[in-house]
Amino acid sequence: MLYVVILFLFFAIVLYFLLGGADFGAGIIELFTSNNNKSRTRRTMYQAIGPIWEANHMWLIIAVVIMFVGYPVIYSEMCTYLHIPLLIMLMGITARGTAFSFRNYDAIKDDRMQALYNHIFVYSSFITPLFLGITAGSVISRQIDPGATDFLTAYIFSWFNWFSVAVGFFTVALCGFLAAIYLIGEAKEQFDVKRFTKKAIIMNAAAVGFGGLVFLAAEVEHVHLAFWIFGNPVSLTAVIAASLSLVLLWYLLRKGKTNVIRLLAAFQVTMILIAVGYRHFPNIIMVKGGHNLSLLTDHAPIKTIDDLGWALVIGSFFIFPPLIYLFYSFQRKKE
Amino acid sequence: MNDFIAARSQMALSLGFHIVYSCIGMVMPVFMAISNYKWIKTKDPVYKNITQAWSKGVAIFFATGAVSGTMLSFELGLLWPKFMEHAGPIFGMPFSLEGVAFFIEAIALGFFLYGWNRFNKWFHWATGIVVGVSGVVSGILVVSANAWMNSPAGFDYVNGQYLNIDPIKAMFNDAWFSEALHMTIAAFAATGFAVAGIHALMILRKKNVNFHTKAFKIAIVFGAVAAILQPLSGDLSAKGAAKRQPAKSAAMEANFHTVEYSPLLIGGIPDTVNKTVSYGIAIPGLLSFLEHDDFKTPAKGLDQIPRADQPNVPVTHYAFQLMVGIGMFLMLIGLIYLFALWKKRAWLVQNWFLKLFIVATPLGFIAVEAGWTVTEVGRQPWIIQGIMRTSQAVTPMPGIHYSFYLFTFVYFTLSVAVIFLLDRQIKMVPELYDVK
Repeated sequence: MLYVVILFLFFAIVLYFLLGGADFGAGIIELFTSNNNKSRTRRTMYQAIGPIWEANHMWLIIAVVIMFVGYPVIYSEMCTYLHIPLLIMLMGITARGTAFSFRNYDAIKDDRMQALYNHIFVYSSFITPLFLGITAGSVISRQIDPGATDFLTAYIFSWFNWFSVAVGFFTVALCGFLAAIYLIGEAKEQFDVKRFTKKAIIMNAAAVGFGGLVFLAAEVEHVHLAFWIFGNPVSLTAVIAASLSLVLLWYLLRKGKTNVIRLLAAFQVTMILIAVGYRHFPNIIMVKGGHNLSLLTDHAPIKTIDDLGWALVIGSFFIFPPLIYLFYSFQRKKE
Repeated sequence: MNDFIAARSQMALSLGFHIVYSCIGMVMPVFMAISNYKWIKTKDPVYKNITQAWSKGVAIFFATGAVSGTMLSFELGLLWPKFMEHAGPIFGMPFSLEGVAFFIEAIALGFFLYGWNRFNKWFHWATGIVVGVSGVVSGILVVSANAWMNSPAGFDYVNGQYLNIDPIKAMFNDAWFSEALHMTIAAFAATGFAVAGIHALMILRKKNVNFHTKAFKIAIVFGAVAAILQPLSGDLSAKGAAKRQPAKSAAMEANFHTVEYSPLLIGGIPDTVNKTVSYGIAIPGLLSFLEHDDFKTPAKGLDQIPRADQPNVPVTHYAFQLMVGIGMFLMLIGLIYLFALWKKRAWLVQNWFLKLFIVATPLGFIAVEAGWTVTEVGRQPWIIQGIMRTSQAVTPMPGIHYSFYLFTFVYFTLSVAVIFLLDRQIKMVPELYDVK
């Protein structure tokens, strides 16, 4: 059952990254859209994510619940030393979730309030994945120092370091990329297709750029990232698969195969997560001084893991069919 | 403000905020589904309008409840890492199931809100029911986790170690049923009276009387029935508390001295130094009767509980008095409503009658907050009754008061925003939903 729980945790994180990430990305795209085209982007986006909006963010809840039930020590460690980035991320989630709903459900659609909701929405769409990425980078950065005695080392430098921040920006670029690719398929007019394609190119370039920075920062902070990714066949294959699929993606994009390119973009992000995660699995938190917290050893008592595993398996029978039907029916009805 | 107090304040604030949104989020969908049913059955477009108007309210409350719930799932760890480290594996089961129920609720809400005229009308109606049912189930599960803190079960505590963990036993702890029942009924009563009160105000102002009268009726029937049932579940909860948490029970009653024929105290100002209560009305023997079903057996007083294990008596006592007082008042006007419906239909449109329900608008939620205060403050100094003290659970990170100020600002802003949005919804009723 332990592996079932780990599998669910991995799925929840990947799905949150893909679905929630695309939602964040939609806001990021809106942020970087010229004022003339903002309302067009917004319309496309609303049609694309309106019905599935709340469901996409449930994956985070599932991941958190798995963490605190199945891995209480790891969860408690993260919450203590990464308190500040998690807090900022939460503020982002709150501002974003409410602004998105409020702008759609405000009974009076006046420009002033709509502009306020839009502002909050786009900036928090940027902040949230940034700090999500920073948190993710920090857990493997070896900068968390439980032996620290001063505030800065314990609670600030644990996440405010070159590596974590670079991962944060890389995450933002990936979210933007996912969203742009997704929105290409939603756009009805050629004009919008061109716009979103251009955005996808920019976000792709940004992801490559920040990806390079992540490697650079890893060297500065002595994170063995290059070794993790290029030093074993699985990660190496994943990286090559991601690069090849990128080439394929741009080729198919010109052919107008919008559904295939969505899958390819999702595939790429999944490959990136596998490439980074594989080598240091089962270690999920690496703290200063070489001590690691592992998914295979630092878990809750096995009885809890078993019950949690069953709850997730049974729960997924209730979640997946209606969720897939939700995606399917709103895709179909639009056509 | 020290970090411990700041952490407790932030948690109280977050839960106090979330509880309102989750109550509305679990009860409004039920109202919405009933109104939708009436629309499908009667073809009266007013019911369709009420359903749509309420569904917008549900969307606003669901979004706010979802984010405040997400915040709470992190705050448990951010503020109480030591608690979560030990309690997570034991009382996590209801949270895992709640994650599932909440997910289903979000999916169903997507179908309902965006599915008008897209699906078979009964399928669409059923998705609304699913929103309501999974909302209520989520509520019950979360309360069962809280019940575990009051009535820990499903593990053996040996030399500071938590052994033989059984999450299923922990979920079905002794307090789960009475607490979940009390909270669910409270949610229906509070939301019923709040929604009814707002519609009553609109009827009084002679705005869209037909629309608001129909909406009022659906809400108040639930509110009234729930308010009438609530004292029964309250009795069950009080008996449970007396058995499992004598300190909480004694603080609720400001019962300083263990005596035979223990009196039930109504009102009163407790003095913790001299261990007396002034200005209260004492009914001899009634407390003994409520706790033990006979008038003589003494109810355990605070004199039998070490000072270090006692909660804040005045706060617990006042909150309890407030909750019970409001509960009685709501039950009374609930009975008046049902009586009017049965015998005196003329009352239903009279101003004094409507005003009674307008006054009651916020009361249910005040009682919910008071009840929450009783159970949480009454459990102190424990975070897990008898096992772990709240002060042992708090995060080592300094500067929590800044986090508390930030949360205060965020929740204040969100509350203002939601009130503002609801006000605009109501203002737009004539334009959007007038049946010509």
